[in-house]
Amino acid sequence: MAQGTQRKFSPEAQKEVDKILFSYGVKESAVLPVLHVAQREFGCLDRAAVELVASTLGLSPTRVAQTASFYTMFSPAPLGKHVIQVCTNVSCSLLGSEGIVRYLEKRLGVERGHTRPDGLVTLSTVECLGSCGTAPVMAVNDRYFENLTTEKVESILRELGL
Amino acid sequence: MAEKILLKNVGIPGSERLETYRSRGGYRALEKALRELKPSEVTDAVKKSGLRGRGGAGFPTGLKWSFVPKDVPGPRYLCCNADEGEPGTFKDRVILENDPHMLLEGIAISCFALSVVEAFIYIRGEFALGAERLERAVAEAEEAGLLGPNVLGSDFGLKVHVHRGAGSYICGEETALLESLEGKRGLPRLKPPFPASVGLYGRPTVINNVETLSCVPSIVQNGPEWFASIGTKGNTGPKLFAVSGHVERPGVYELPLGVTLRELLFEYAGGIRGGRGLKAVMPGGSSTPVITAEQADVKMDFDSLAAVGSALGSGAVIVMDDATCMVEVALGLTKFYRHESCGQCTPCREGLGWMVRLLEGIEFGRGSTADIDLLLEIASGISGKTLCPMGDAAVIPAQSTIARFRDEYESHVRTGGCPFKSAAGKVE
Repeated sequence: MAQGTQRKFSPEAQKEVDKILFSYGVKESAVLPVLHVAQREFGCLDRAAVELVASTLGLSPTRVAQTASFYTMFSPAPLGKHVIQVCTNVSCSLLGSEGIVRYLEKRLGVERGHTRPDGLVTLSTVECLGSCGTAPVMAVNDRYFENLTTEKVESILRELGL
Repeated sequence: MAEKILLKNVGIPGSERLETYRSRGGYRALEKALRELKPSEVTDAVKKSGLRGRGGAGFPTGLKWSFVPKDVPGPRYLCCNADEGEPGTFKDRVILENDPHMLLEGIAISCFALSVVEAFIYIRGEFALGAERLERAVAEAEEAGLLGPNVLGSDFGLKVHVHRGAGSYICGEETALLESLEGKRGLPRLKPPFPASVGLYGRPTVINNVETLSCVPSIVQNGPEWFASIGTKGNTGPKLFAVSGHVERPGVYELPLGVTLRELLFEYAGGIRGGRGLKAVMPGGSSTPVITAEQADVKMDFDSLAAVGSALGSGAVIVMDDATCMVEVALGLTKFYRHESCGQCTPCREGLGWMVRLLEGIEFGRGSTADIDLLLEIASGISGKTLCPMGDAAVIPAQSTIARFRDEYESHVRTGGCPFKSAAGKVE
């Protein structure tokens, strides 16, 4: 383990982790749930976070890292405070998601797939969010914003203080 | 509109709460199953109802259940596939967010039929609201003795886990889902053995879609004959159609299987946006072959769509008007599948990247006629040559748009670019 990087869950997160461990009879099944807690707690799953999850579950860090790297919701590097994900899959693109992404790029001064240097916002495109009936759609952190127009995007950004 | 069965509670304030669900007759089917029926009678009812899986494959649900060996000692599991990720599909989300107790009741009855005491709902990670509501519903049901040990005072007990995915399309494939549930990368398994005999933790496992399981309470409550009277022969019951794209009123419509595409699009979804013409439809999600406006009278059921060379899939109807570039659609979807390929099988991992490069060439004016044929050749080198059905699915957008709209590909090649300049403009 790298020096000085040993992490701990906050008491609230630890409680959540204990609940997960209690609920699953097979500890491997707790990997994704505990990784979700760690991602939320530390903002990313860097090496120290992966090691913490591994030792919590009694698994090897390699085993946990292997799993974490497969899933797009787990990020190895810190993301912005606001993570904006615009769906660009078929139904959204038929209804103009490309225009929404370009508006955001220009307005926020950050290209898709990047985090702004001030750390306030990460902009990315994402595959189908399962909200095709209200396309185009984007998610900001955990929340969906649907039936987007550039005007609507603008008012969402203002609401977020961006 | 036909009587609503799956969406009957949607739109009622507090529809996600236990008291609302019970006040509308909820959990009576579970009570009936536990008090009046033997597990095998529940399975028989599901068989007789003709219910076919709503996740995409359309496999008879009762038959799937009967593959679980009865004489194997030890635990067996039920997994509810709530990893709704097929582009164009947003029907399960409606149930998860608005009527989680209907799903839980379906799961409980199914587990009773299958002698399962532990079930997992694998819900896609992005559905935060759905997961939250499901978790609360599980807690409410446990509190009320509808889940947990001794359900409704009987000997039957059931633990239900709400398990969140983390952003991976392939985990909707049933064996990848099991791998993911075991805390691993979502790599599909080689079949056979099938999950019915070797599934979660190596144990017999049934995997059913959200909408499929949500049909079970009404089958038990109203009888299999009633269910079988809805829809067409061999394609029974209500179906959720998720309509998106270029229609006036996109949304989820519950209609009997066998409704025509024309009726669905023009009577329910309000017709094509802005009075434009209909060009093409993917009738069951992005992995079902595109059909054309001339086929709009097709019945929306498993067998009728198969007869016109497509599939009902998940019932996700993606509608494209006459200003849509089919090459662009194929390119977008092939990129999606390339991104979601788990990388296990060489044809899918390498072939899709190659197809994307060729499609980009055609779309942006660097393609040749030979590239169109090469696309088809690569597609046939992927389809049927991978561990899981994703290989077959992934080539369908390119394959089917070339089959139906080859002239459009040719005109891209001839004119050196895309003849459809969308309002957003096109850049590489």
